[in-house]
Amino acid sequence: MTAVPTPGGTPAAPTPGSPIVTRPVRPRWRETLGLLARDPTAAIAAVVLLAIIVVAIFDTAFASQGPNEQDIANRLQSPSWSHPFGTDDLGRDILARVILGASVSLKVGFLSVGLALVVGTLVGLLAGFYGRWVDDVLMRIMDMLFAFPAVLLAIAILAIRGPGTSNTVIAIAVVYVPIFARVTRASVLGVREEVYVRASRSVGASDLRLLTRHVLPNAAPPIIVQTSISLAFAVLAEAALSFLGLGTQPPNPSWGLMLAEGNEFINRAWWLAFFPGIAIVVTVLCFNLLGDGLRDVLDPRQRTLMAGGGR
Amino acid sequence: MVLVGVSLIVFSLIHLVRGDPVRLALGTRYSQETYDALRHRNGLDLPLVQQYVTWVGRALTGDLGVSFRSGGTVTSLIGERLPATLTLAFAAVFLALLIAVPLGTVSALRPRSFIDRFATVISQIGISVPDFWLAIVLILVFAGTLGWLPTGGYVPLTEDPLGWLERLVLPAVATGVVSGSVLTRFVRSSVLEAMGSDHVRTAQAKGLPERQVFTWHVLRNALLPLVTVTGVQLAYLLSGVVVVEIVFSWPGLGQLALQAVRSRDYPVLQGAILLFALVFLVINLLVDLLYSRIDPRIRR
Repeated sequence: MTAVPTPGGTPAAPTPGSPIVTRPVRPRWRETLGLLARDPTAAIAAVVLLAIIVVAIFDTAFASQGPNEQDIANRLQSPSWSHPFGTDDLGRDILARVILGASVSLKVGFLSVGLALVVGTLVGLLAGFYGRWVDDVLMRIMDMLFAFPAVLLAIAILAIRGPGTSNTVIAIAVVYVPIFARVTRASVLGVREEVYVRASRSVGASDLRLLTRHVLPNAAPPIIVQTSISLAFAVLAEAALSFLGLGTQPPNPSWGLMLAEGNEFINRAWWLAFFPGIAIVVTVLCFNLLGDGLRDVLDPRQRTLMAGGGR
Repeated sequence: MVLVGVSLIVFSLIHLVRGDPVRLALGTRYSQETYDALRHRNGLDLPLVQQYVTWVGRALTGDLGVSFRSGGTVTSLIGERLPATLTLAFAAVFLALLIAVPLGTVSALRPRSFIDRFATVISQIGISVPDFWLAIVLILVFAGTLGWLPTGGYVPLTEDPLGWLERLVLPAVATGVVSGSVLTRFVRSSVLEAMGSDHVRTAQAKGLPERQVFTWHVLRNALLPLVTVTGVQLAYLLSGVVVVEIVFSWPGLGQLALQAVRSRDYPVLQGAILLFALVFLVINLLVDLLYSRIDPRIRR
C-alpha cells in the first residue's frame, strides 16, 4: 500500500486500529509511552515505581525520625500513629529504615543492572554483528559464566572480594552480563541482514555508524524488556545477599538486611520482618509488570508467543 | 569446553583471595606444621600450572581437597549434605508441578475467566516474592501462631518418616512457589498454543469428542515442552535453596557453602560451587537429551 501524500507533505495519519505490527519495532518514545499508558497494569506499575524512586531520592524528607536514630525506651513497639511500621530492637523507626532501605536497594539494583547492561550489550553487539571467531570467543566466555547458578556465583564473588555494597553491585552485574549478551546477540542476528543495514553498508557506512545508527536501535526492544525484568531480579538478589550478611553492611538498612534482623525477633515482633518484605514484593512486582507491559508494546512477536496465537 | 572454563574459574577462586588463604583461615594461632600440612595436602605449595593439573586430576577422582576448618575431606562434607538439598529441591519441584499443571490448564481452557485472572495474579505475585521472606512468613504463621509445624531442622526419612515430612513441608512450599508460578504461566501459554494449532482444529473437525481431543491432542503436545522447563527449574532450585536452607536451618549444601564463606574455608567453597555448576550442566544436558527422545521432531 502506498501512502497518498497529503497536502503540506505530511504523510497520511494511520487509521485508528491499524494492523498489528508483527515484528519488533524501533522504540519511539512518545508512542511507546502512549501505548504503555493504555495498559492499566503497566501504567500503575510505572506510577508506583516512580513514587518509590521519588521517596527513595528524598528519603529523609519522608521520615520523622532518622533511620539510624536509636530510642531504646521505645524498642519493639508495634505499629502505631507515631511509628506506622513499628520500631525495632534498638527503638529505630521501621518506616524510616524501609525508606532508606529503598534507596540502598534501588541504588544497588540500578547500578548492577546498568553495569551488566553496558557490558552485556557491548559483548552481544560485537558477537552478533561480527560473528565468526569474535562470536565464538565472546559467547563461550559467556557460556562459562552462565554455567554457574546465579546466587552461587554472586556468593563466590563476594567471598573473594569481601562483603559490602560496591562488591554486591559487581557480583550481581557479573551474573547478568551473560543474559544481556545473549539477548542482545539474538536480537542483533535478527536485524543484521535487514535490507536497511545492507543498504547502509553498501553506501559505505562505517561499522561504528552501522552499529550505532541501525543495528542497536532496531535490536533494542528485547534489551529494554530484559532491563526491566533484570531490575526485578536484581532487587531480589540484593535482598538475598544482604540477608545472608554478604551485601549491605549494618547499620545501613537494606531490605534484605532488615529481614535478617527481623528474623531474630520473629516470634516477638512480626513487623520487623513483615514491612521490608512487603516493600520488596511491591517493587519487584512493579518491575515485572512494567517488563511485561513493555514487552507487549515493544516486542509484539513475544506477545503472540505468550498468548498462544492470540486466541 | 565449558567444563574446562568452569574448572578454571573455580580453581582460580582460591587464588583471587587477597592474602594467603591458608593463613587467613587459620587465624593467628597455629603451628608451622599445621600450616605446611594444609598447604601441602591442598597442593598449594606447587607451581600454579602444576597446581591446576593436580587439582583437576584429584577432582576427577572425587578428591576435592581438605577443609581448612574441620580437617575432613571436602568430598565427605559434601556427601553428608547432598541428600538434604536433593530432598528439598525435588520436593519443591514436585509441589510446583502439582500446582502448575492443573492451574495452568484450567486457566488456559477458560481464558479471561475468574480462575484465569486469579491464576495470573497469583503467579505474578509468586514470581515477585523473595523465597526467604515467604519462608519467614510461613514460619511465623504455621510454626508460630498456629503451631502446626516445626520451625526447622531436618531428620532423615529412615529415622522418623512423619517428622521428616513435617519438617519438609514449609521449606518445600517456600522454594516451590516461585517455580510453581513460572510453570503455571508456562503451562497456560503452552496449552493455549496447542489449542490454537492446526492438528487440534483438524481433530475437532473430525468430530472427535472434546475430552479425547483434549487428552490426546492438546495436553500431550502442551506438556512436552514442560519437561524442558521443569528441568531448568530443578537446576535453578538446587542452587536457589541456599537462602531458604538458612532460614529453616536445613543442613544442605547451601548452608555448607555459606559457612565456608564465613569461615574462609575455601576448599569447601570451591567444592560446593564446582558441584553446583556440574549439576547445573548435567541437568541441562539431560534435559536436551530427554527432549530429543520424547519429541521426534528434534531428532534428525
